[in-house]
Amino acid sequence: MAMKSTRKLYGSLNSPPTLKVLACLFEHDIDFEFVAIDLEAGEHKKKPFLSMNPFGQVPVYEDGDVKQFESRAIIRSMAHQYGKKGEELIYWDSRQQAVVANWIDVEDHHFEPPVLKLISELVLKPKKGLTPEEETVAGAEAKLAKVLDVYEARLSKLKYLASDKYTIADMLHLPNIQALMGTQAKKLFDSRPHLSAWCAEILARPAWIKVVEMQQNAQA
Amino acid sequence: MVVKVYGPIMAACPQRVMACLLEKDVEFEIVHVDLEAEEHKTSDFLLRQPFGQVPAIEDGDFKLFESRAIIRYYAAKYEERGPNLLGNSLEGRALVDQWLEVEAHNFNDLVYTLVLQLVVLPRMGKHGDVVLARSCEQKLEKVFDIYEQRLSNATYLAGDSFTLADLSHLPGIRYLVNDAGMGHLVAERKHVNAWWEAISNRSAWKKLMKLVNY
Repeated sequence: MAMKSTRKLYGSLNSPPTLKVLACLFEHDIDFEFVAIDLEAGEHKKKPFLSMNPFGQVPVYEDGDVKQFESRAIIRSMAHQYGKKGEELIYWDSRQQAVVANWIDVEDHHFEPPVLKLISELVLKPKKGLTPEEETVAGAEAKLAKVLDVYEARLSKLKYLASDKYTIADMLHLPNIQALMGTQAKKLFDSRPHLSAWCAEILARPAWIKVVEMQQNAQA
Repeated sequence: MVVKVYGPIMAACPQRVMACLLEKDVEFEIVHVDLEAEEHKTSDFLLRQPFGQVPAIEDGDFKLFESRAIIRYYAAKYEERGPNLLGNSLEGRALVDQWLEVEAHNFNDLVYTLVLQLVVLPRMGKHGDVVLARSCEQKLEKVFDIYEQRLSNATYLAGDSFTLADLSHLPGIRYLVNDAGMGHLVAERKHVNAWWEAISNRSAWKKLMKLVNY
């Protein structure tokens, strides 16, 4: 990444959506330049960032003269544009891709909300010296448990969420699962064998490990 | 083979699917799901949609849920038929994806919460949280400001033609304007207003309005 690329990812290594797009970039061996946006300083809520995403959210991805925001949109187009034949993380067949799309939305609507609550209580609050609220944690854990039951049933039939191969539907879960594994919520995953095996598989993907290393190097 | 759409015809998410099927001239049959009787939480329905939500579809032996995944599928399956709802190039499709995500993340929850408090709960004889609804309204003002800016640069959200990104907004905006008394959000913004006039006057949407008996 020494040479300036026409591809830029604007984001924060503290933001799960940014990390999702990084995973996708590494999976596809795409060379890019990472431009750190300082969320703590509110950089994403000011110009010039707002001219890139008027909703003031990271990440934003630039590929030549195309600018895009919304991580799942970026990942969908990236996977279609740069999918390596035989190693694609999507399907060219519309019916099979529909199932991938279905589980992308499941991650978005069912998995992420309770998970983000738990990460807020169990990871972010302690960092600021605050105590997690027990009731909120219990509520979010109960919601997540129901979702994970659906995942467990699904993964007892299929190796990955949308099929027998790894797709972007699985990839979208990585940063949030990684974060939860360092908390008491880990037990929700450990107690479900197929889910647990799937987590171990996807967290071990070399592209994801590159993302984790990027985070660690930034904190060093 | 007729596509079966499971869900009440009045609900926004099934309407999203039906609007797409009508645009693409795909024959479908509505299988009513009684939400008030909690039919969506029965073990039979959960086999169809494990999160207990509508809609779900059954197309021969193919089953799918999540309304935006369903509309993506049909837009792709029938790409050659009717209006192109997906965008004409890779970049065009990327923009459709982007604005579909915007609808799901920045628009949908606010509309859902507001309509729940101001329309659905009162219809069930319960009290809605007016303070919460007002807070949603204020946030929606900011969202519509962004849409206004976007639509001053493009006729439709993803560019110069009607796509899934616009379609996805139809049921929610109809609820806002017709049922929740939030018409000013649209009417006060010149480009949003023109866009709403255009998309809500499409014949497929008008067909759906007739079906629902509005």
